[in-house]
Amino acid sequence: MALIHEDNERSKTFTRRTLLLGGGQAVLFSTLAARMYYLQIIESDRYKMLAEDNRINLRLLPPPRGRIVDRYGTPMAANQQNYRVVLVREQARDVGQTLDMLARVIELSEYDFERVMRDVSHKRAFVPVTVRDYLSWEEVSRIEVNAPDLPGINIEVGQTRHYPYNEQMTHVLGYVSAVSESELTGDPLLELPDFRIGKQGIEKQYDRTLRGAAGTSQLEVNAVGRVIRELSREDGNPGQDLVLTVDAALQAYTHERLRAERSAAAVVMDIHTGDLLALASTPGYDPNLFNVGLTNEVWNQLVKDPLTPLTNKAISGHYAPGSTYKPVVALAALEAGISPDFEVFCPGFMQLGNARFHCWKKGGHGTVDMYKATQQSCDVYYYELSKRVGIDRMTAMAKRFGLGSTVGIDLPGERPGLIPTRDWKLAKIGEPWQLGETLISAIGQGFVLTTPLQLAVMTARLANGGKAVVPRLTRQVHPAQKAETPDGVELPDEFPDMDIPAAHLRVVQTGMDLVTNNPRGTAYRARIQEEGWEMAGKTGTSQVRRITMAERAAGVTKNQDLPWRRRDHALFISYAPVQAPRYACAVVVEHGGGGSKAAAPIARDILIETQRRDPSGTPPIALVGGQPVKRG
Amino acid sequence: MAQRQRIFFVDRLAALRNNEMSLREKVWQINWSLIVLATLISGIGIAMLYSAANGRIDPWASRQLMRFGAGILILLIVAVIDIRIWFRYAYAIYFVALALLVAVEFLGVSGMGAQRWIDLKVIQLQPSEVMKVALVLALARCFHGMALEDISRPTSLILPIAITLAPAALVLKQPDLGTAMMLLMAAAAVFFCAGVRLWKFALVGIAALGSIPIAWQFLREYQRQRVLTFLNPENDPLGAGYHTLQSKIALGSGGLFGKGFMQGSQSHLNFLPEKQTDFIFTMLAEEFGMIGGLTLLALYAILLIYGIAIALRARNQFGRVLAMGLTCNVFFYVFINIAMVMGLVPVVGVPLPLVSYGGTAMLTLMATIGLLISVYIHRDVRISRRGLGIEV
Repeated sequence: MALIHEDNERSKTFTRRTLLLGGGQAVLFSTLAARMYYLQIIESDRYKMLAEDNRINLRLLPPPRGRIVDRYGTPMAANQQNYRVVLVREQARDVGQTLDMLARVIELSEYDFERVMRDVSHKRAFVPVTVRDYLSWEEVSRIEVNAPDLPGINIEVGQTRHYPYNEQMTHVLGYVSAVSESELTGDPLLELPDFRIGKQGIEKQYDRTLRGAAGTSQLEVNAVGRVIRELSREDGNPGQDLVLTVDAALQAYTHERLRAERSAAAVVMDIHTGDLLALASTPGYDPNLFNVGLTNEVWNQLVKDPLTPLTNKAISGHYAPGSTYKPVVALAALEAGISPDFEVFCPGFMQLGNARFHCWKKGGHGTVDMYKATQQSCDVYYYELSKRVGIDRMTAMAKRFGLGSTVGIDLPGERPGLIPTRDWKLAKIGEPWQLGETLISAIGQGFVLTTPLQLAVMTARLANGGKAVVPRLTRQVHPAQKAETPDGVELPDEFPDMDIPAAHLRVVQTGMDLVTNNPRGTAYRARIQEEGWEMAGKTGTSQVRRITMAERAAGVTKNQDLPWRRRDHALFISYAPVQAPRYACAVVVEHGGGGSKAAAPIARDILIETQRRDPSGTPPIALVGGQPVKRG
Repeated sequence: MAQRQRIFFVDRLAALRNNEMSLREKVWQINWSLIVLATLISGIGIAMLYSAANGRIDPWASRQLMRFGAGILILLIVAVIDIRIWFRYAYAIYFVALALLVAVEFLGVSGMGAQRWIDLKVIQLQPSEVMKVALVLALARCFHGMALEDISRPTSLILPIAITLAPAALVLKQPDLGTAMMLLMAAAAVFFCAGVRLWKFALVGIAALGSIPIAWQFLREYQRQRVLTFLNPENDPLGAGYHTLQSKIALGSGGLFGKGFMQGSQSHLNFLPEKQTDFIFTMLAEEFGMIGGLTLLALYAILLIYGIAIALRARNQFGRVLAMGLTCNVFFYVFINIAMVMGLVPVVGVPLPLVSYGGTAMLTLMATIGLLISVYIHRDVRISRRGLGIEV
């Protein structure tokens, strides 16, 4: 009985405690249910969002970059298919073996081998690793033929910018290259490893237009990033094609013509519309190199080259204009009331106090008027003019012709040149203006600096009857131009008039006509002989060194005898055809010697080529039965 | 008619008095609703394994189904075996399990940085799972022979404590902190039901708290990391906290009704780790929402209520303690696993009973239910103090 009693006691304890435990379990289960309620009902929206974030991966679809074509639609920058061979580890049975097989089909370097082996081991099994880029078509076919023996080897197609004109067009187009750290704007497109943006030239200037807008693809991915399927896709906008005013063939011709010299620049411009038909600077460089990625060695070579291949000299080369500045001085004088018949006797120098200002011609030109002085580029005549006109009026005239400030071409890196004024000198050097400096300025020396583009603009404004034409590289409607002709070629509404009497311009134009087309003109030997295509021009030779009294006494050293860097710059400005001007051309040959010898023949050849290629077809008069064709 | 029925009951009562039941009578007595419950829960598990394999029966669902079949067989056999046999062999079973735990040290296959399995070709045996049942059996036998005043003597507790600590230490050494904790908790539940004084629990509790700094020194780096991660899971979303965070995202995004069968993005895109084993509840709750989760929780609750009812109905101490110990065991499995996937306790390797993919766990749980039924069938059997089926 005691046992049973004891057992009852034990059983009562058991029952009590079991119920207690059961109650505890019920409480804990309720906790689980409450937690479930919290996670799945109260916090559900937050977790749903997180789950979607996990699941969905936005992938950018880079837009194809717009092409750049010349005025006739010839592509100058296009996208090329870049075939690359990639390896997918999970599809390859043995990566090393597959690579060995591949090496029998296409060339693979030891470095490629190591890099691929390393990449393959670091990346996930389904991520393609690039083995080689830029395969030739032949290599692609060889891989395709051998595909059954190359498990895991695939061909992928990417797009690469290609510049068919290589260095001939570099200074206009610029180039594209990988995005650098400092260029990241937060736009995820820029962070794509293969993405390229414009770094120079038109490619940089119109990068936004050419780039287009990225599309997006919503992908469902798993935890390791493998794509399961595409959920939705939004196509972006491909970059817009850009039409330039440049004539690719003329540009190529100009570039090749300049390459006869070590370092030169030339600009060809339509004097009515401002269309730049050619804008060349030599030497250039191959823009295609920047696409792939330049080696340090090549880059250093480009940077250190004394001929500055990376600089577009046509818009950022600063040169003293020399005698090509004289038309500006002549116009200032005419405006000041000096007659073109005003005569000066040139003994070969001008004495001003203790200083003697020399004419380029040692014996002097004798008595010259404004026409002759322009034709023969008499320095003394222009010294005299400047003395009478004064620096202020010369400066004002120069500025009306677009000198001394950027003309606003749509290219990065344009430099303003320099037209010195009294204020400028006082501010910059801290000394008042000297009369001698006025004289030096009159022959485009001293402080005066211009770019080849500015010289072309100046020439165009001289030749088009004093209209303030503005140059342009793209055929977008310029702010100053509105109307469009029916055939789609935009013509300018009038450019603003510069308020220069036609008679004044005719004096200068006649002088420039004499330079090339009169046997005594400084550039007669470089004249255009095809009738109807004749050009007018002005030579310029600007010193880059000071000629000492001693040297002058001993006889000035000939340019050929000087080291290249100390030789004079050769300049030539011109327009053609003389009777009905259409094209202006400015040429600068760095350290080329005399303008008439080095620069004028280049300008002549370029203007002949320009007119030969003129689609509105004004062939030399000889070809249309000897009758002059009036244009207008 | 009534007469005949009466005679039948009298006969049966007489037979029970004599502790003799025919096999037919035992089968008649089997608690079939418990088996239906086990089948339902296992069915949910197999369906989730089918989903986890992206709608394929292989590799998990098919094998789990086979194990379930084998498990039902074991359940029935265990159920009809006389409880006195279980009483008699309780220690023997315990020592076999202990031997297996020692063997796993030498023959074990490593998994997740711990030695847990013995490869028996037919089955990957996980001795620690077997021990969860064996320990309760051994403790039930131990306490069966003790009167309340025996229990109040501290010296008499030495044996059950030794029985508990030996396997716990071995499991901890594998190292498997989760299972070791479960063994200790199941043992604690048995001690509690058997009538060990509450102040002794308080004493052990205080001692345990005091030893935490010392225990910390003995934890492996990954175990410490798990505890730290549990304390601040969203601190390190891609590192150690990843599992918990992804599990919570999966659960939470399931909402009330879930994303639909085989539509769980977290599970199917592999953001959810171990979805076929420890995190299977998450997958269920992602695909069937809170409705699905609560349904499974309710099924478990019914199972536990049955277990407790059987414990209360049993008239022998061995059966009572055994049933309650096993019920608590199941409770700990369910609670720790679900609390873990919901971020309430640190990540420990505890499967969800009958649902998680795993052979040993499935078989031991079926055996557990078998033992519960055996206790139920033999609820009125008297077992002597010293064991053996001699009527007192």
